[in-house]
Amino acid sequence: MDPGPAVDVRGLNKYFGKKHVVRDLSLQVRRGEIFGFLGPNGSGKTTSIRLLCGLLTPDSGSGTCLGFDIARETAAIKREVGYMTQRFSLWEDLTIRENLEFVSRMYGMKNRSRAVSEALENLGLSSRQGQLAGTLSGGWKQRLSLASCMLHNPHLLLLDEPTAGVDPRARRDFWDHINELAGSGITVLVSTHYMDEAERCHRLAYIAYGRLLVSGTSEEVIGSQALAGYEVTGPDLPRYAALLRGLPFPVQVTAFGATLHVVGSDSTALNDLAQRMKKEDSHDWKPISPGLEDVFISLMEKAEEDIT
Amino acid sequence: MISGFSWLRWSGIIFKEFIQLKRDRLTFAMVVGIPIMQLTLFGYAINSDPKNLPSAALIADHGPFGRAVLQGLDNSDYFRIVREISDAADADRLLAEGDVQFVVTIPGDFDRKLARGERPALFIEADATDPSATGNALAAVAGIVRASLARDLQGTLGRLAPLSDPVDIRVHRRYNPEGVTSFNIVPGLIGTILTMTMILLTGLAMTRERERGTFENLLATPALPIEVMTGKIVPYILIGLIQVSLLIAAAYFIFNVPMVGSLALLYLSVLIFIAANLTLGITFSSIARNQLQAMQMTFFFFLPSILLSGFMFPFRGMPQWAQWVGSIFPLTHFLRIVRGIMLKGNTFAELWPNLWPILAFISVVIALGLLVYRKTLD
Repeated sequence: MDPGPAVDVRGLNKYFGKKHVVRDLSLQVRRGEIFGFLGPNGSGKTTSIRLLCGLLTPDSGSGTCLGFDIARETAAIKREVGYMTQRFSLWEDLTIRENLEFVSRMYGMKNRSRAVSEALENLGLSSRQGQLAGTLSGGWKQRLSLASCMLHNPHLLLLDEPTAGVDPRARRDFWDHINELAGSGITVLVSTHYMDEAERCHRLAYIAYGRLLVSGTSEEVIGSQALAGYEVTGPDLPRYAALLRGLPFPVQVTAFGATLHVVGSDSTALNDLAQRMKKEDSHDWKPISPGLEDVFISLMEKAEEDIT
Repeated sequence: MISGFSWLRWSGIIFKEFIQLKRDRLTFAMVVGIPIMQLTLFGYAINSDPKNLPSAALIADHGPFGRAVLQGLDNSDYFRIVREISDAADADRLLAEGDVQFVVTIPGDFDRKLARGERPALFIEADATDPSATGNALAAVAGIVRASLARDLQGTLGRLAPLSDPVDIRVHRRYNPEGVTSFNIVPGLIGTILTMTMILLTGLAMTRERERGTFENLLATPALPIEVMTGKIVPYILIGLIQVSLLIAAAYFIFNVPMVGSLALLYLSVLIFIAANLTLGITFSSIARNQLQAMQMTFFFFLPSILLSGFMFPFRGMPQWAQWVGSIFPLTHFLRIVRGIMLKGNTFAELWPNLWPILAFISVVIALGLLVYRKTLD
């Protein structure tokens, strides 16, 4: 029997005072997939995640998380969901073991001592279990947080920027672990700012100013925007970039070392320009396919225009 | 090169400090509020020479001399005769419950003995639990009595006037016959120390979680708000009981404060008082955004508490409005309870008038706290 999607919400709205933080959020996350949640700072990602796990009640809209109603069955959701906060939120003045034991008590787990010992072993922290959590480095704190929200065997993991400020090696290990978890049937919803992480997700959603702008696989997301892109090389690039930014149609001009990436949503206009420029000046225009980052920046700028 | 002092940098720091001060409303409120509060309290409310102390008169002889003495006491600044009673048992009860500070007894045959020059006795029983509240009044009694009789002891009775004292004034300092100040201060300390530590510790306990972000983690678990709140309170109840036990032991063994009443009753009252402070602390912590604010709120509450409760200055020395304000604070009532139990041996019925205001305080604060707590969750 199909148990239905892990997350299925429609028309969620949340206000903080007069500020409209989440607007008409509709979202479906399938069971067992890694779902990426992207968007600029302050776009409502954290609030959306808190709505999903019952930490906040929506002002309007409805939906289910693991089949439980997000407004009425928050207690059941909390038991089945593992939530990793953006900021390290374990108790720094407790030891590693004490933290895990406390969390296991909060979930009313049986066989707590064994579950904690297993978690410590998986983490490779058995020998340091008596160390205060506050003395761990960033990477270890993040692994401990993940272990702590996995302790009660949740079916859905909500990870809020889990890898912010973590070195590349630790990030890769972390994602390998996430992949394993997804392979074992756990659904993961993860918010991030890193494009390489976005590309490792099965599906993505992009949110800005509280509004979900696009969702789908990364190919679908890129395809949906139909952007044209060029890599430009040549002399005096900074001045050239300033010139291009003054064009009558909107383009993003980004410097990548000794090249400029020029991306625009008006592909006919940009293609015409490229043809003309190739003939007229000494710069070399080479077509490239735009990436996720280009798509997101373009989406954000469009959203900005819509708002103002 | 040694860099020199820069006036620009220096003034920049001053400027920034003022901006931050302006933004930090609570600190700003304290900067302005505390001097005003202190000024009002010390200038208008606090009076270490209390006047108009409520007194009862037990009259066995209704003759003119006795009347004159009572009239004289009532006309003085110190005594205010609020009641006339006819039974010695009433006198004991009024003193035990703290309804009156003095009971003045005019014994039988007062007038006849006075007329004969036999120096009749005039009994004054004082509630001396707080010696500073009664000291000046008692010192003034002899003068007041002499002056009020002077007019009547003229003419044929004029021969009595030159007698150094026509009346034999017998003062009975009840509960604290030697007027030992520590008898008053040590029980009072139990209340003030509990107020300080209980409110501060609980205030910090919740804001610490919020400040460090661990509160969110706690909320994400199935733990219920009621479990979190009460679970956080229990350790502090234990801490409070340990403090009280230490203080009582010190009062008894080191300061020789008597323990006349029931220890069980004392602990029951302590529990109620701790509950009052903890609920306030938890409410503060729901309002405060960080630990510093929780600390500031605690001081804001603590300061008027000790000044207006009768701990530092006699309660009856304050004007009526200040006594009304003082009656809000649980400490005011708790001080009377502790003195009542330790020094007077009060029973539950005698304590009730001071217990219910604390219970009322708790219910109001809980109601407020729940209102605030809901908001902060969302």
